[in-house]
Amino acid sequence: MALSPAITDLEELKSHPAVACLTAWNPAAVQGVKFDRDEMTIYLDSAHLREACVILRDDRECAFNFLSDVTCVDWTPAEPRFEVVYHLLSISKKERVRLKVRLGSANPVVESVTSVWPGANFFECEVFDLFGIRFSGHPYLRRIQMPEDWEGHPLRKDYPVEGYR
Amino acid sequence: MAHLAPTPVIEPGQDRTMILNMGPQHPSTHGVLRVILEIDGENIVRIMPDIGYLHTGIEKTCEAKFYQQVVPLTDRIDYLCPMTNNLCYVLAVEKLLGLEIPPKAQWLRVLLNELTRINSHLVWLGTHALDIGAMTVFLYCFREREEILKIFEIVSGQRMMTSYFRIGGIALEPPLGFFDRVRDFAGYFPEKVDEYENLLTENPIWGMRTKGVAIITAEDAIALSASGPTLRGSGVDIDLRRDMPYSSYEKFQFRVPIATEGDVFARYMCRVQELRESIGIVRQALDGMPEGPIKADAPKVVLPDREKMKTQMEALIYHFKIITEGFAVPAGEVYQAVESPRGEMGYYIVSDGTAKPYRVHMRAACLANLQTLPTMCEGRLLADVVAAIGSIDIVLGEIDR
Repeated sequence: MALSPAITDLEELKSHPAVACLTAWNPAAVQGVKFDRDEMTIYLDSAHLREACVILRDDRECAFNFLSDVTCVDWTPAEPRFEVVYHLLSISKKERVRLKVRLGSANPVVESVTSVWPGANFFECEVFDLFGIRFSGHPYLRRIQMPEDWEGHPLRKDYPVEGYR
Repeated sequence: MAHLAPTPVIEPGQDRTMILNMGPQHPSTHGVLRVILEIDGENIVRIMPDIGYLHTGIEKTCEAKFYQQVVPLTDRIDYLCPMTNNLCYVLAVEKLLGLEIPPKAQWLRVLLNELTRINSHLVWLGTHALDIGAMTVFLYCFREREEILKIFEIVSGQRMMTSYFRIGGIALEPPLGFFDRVRDFAGYFPEKVDEYENLLTENPIWGMRTKGVAIITAEDAIALSASGPTLRGSGVDIDLRRDMPYSSYEKFQFRVPIATEGDVFARYMCRVQELRESIGIVRQALDGMPEGPIKADAPKVVLPDREKMKTQMEALIYHFKIITEGFAVPAGEVYQAVESPRGEMGYYIVSDGTAKPYRVHMRAACLANLQTLPTMCEGRLLADVVAAIGSIDIVLGEIDR
């Protein structure tokens, strides 16, 4: 099983239901796509993330009704520094899609998806705790893993793996 | 974790209610879960789980290790299903590498995974029943679990932290007598499940403590990202082994038990039937075990056999290189999910093309499942919280990582 190169051409991937659905709704919200190792990734504009999630959840062709996971990747020193990653699953279609929003290091804020899936609550708290990404509209954003008076966000790449900070 | 600052969210609304702190050292919270309850007499007004007491920063540690060094860390996440975590991690890395795994290794992985599922469900059943007051079941369950742990020891040298799977296959050929031991176990285990069921399923006290208790609807369970038996107990028919097969699960015949009531009893029934299905898969794996190698043909990734390493120059070089500098994994990202005993266990791994993972994230099934607790318990009696926590089957190591 040799690896085939990733496809990043939007035109080529238009047939994928999630891409088709999002481009039909608002082409400006889709910043890029990637199909690599049988997994679909859609890069979204952070301002449209919540609405895009509602569309993907409610659309009949997509039916991505289950939020598997929310996490984040720190690409420091690159800018935009953070990628917040959402994994969606369609229980009826047995399909997965990955949504990504890129956030700059100055003010990493993205709209919370807890109003779309209440299950995002703990995931977003964890990303806030470990990466310092804020989710606007989250009902109770708090440190969930680290003590409340902890300084810094441990999973950021500039946070040391060992020793005192 | 709120052990220093005062509890922020729940403050007594009226004079009637009081705040009760349950855990983190409470025997029925299955580890170090702390639950903050607002109660009005015996009734629960609000409930908030508080986690983080077992946070060990495994995700951060992974970033400083070679890919093969992460395998033992994955055991430590969940002490009840080490093999499932091993499997999920190695599958994700193999997907990143584009490795083909020989059939025998895949079947052995399935066999051991199903034994792990039985192991995990037995501990769940024993402790859950103990919480609700059925003391006997605990001893019965641990009797069979002991045999599974012995089988793990035979095959991997460890009872709990097995670390038996490797990127590209499995560590060693199973020793002589392993398959016979598993076959013996598979032979008598269904009777033992009958024994557990005799003690519980028709038991009126068990019924009163579990039926109609801590109900969650299918819509709520999906919206709260619940998975595994917590979701199937509410009537949602999804099992990743069947619906998105991995490690040749598509070659096995099994039924996915679901129940529609969404209460503690429904989740109990799902798991007990899963015990029977799992032992069926174990039997199929024993009967149809393919012959052949147990490691992929990828000398740059898979360590050579000991014999070869001592006699062949090339094998020695590869061995030295893998141990000292690891192996580079092509840049990219994957999300691999498996059906763990608790639900959807997922690994999201980002590679930047070096020998160490850039980011490893574990999607913990329990973390999401725990969010269903307020929906299950609010408005119900205090004693039901214990039943509800038991029925979600949480492992705090996985929640906090």
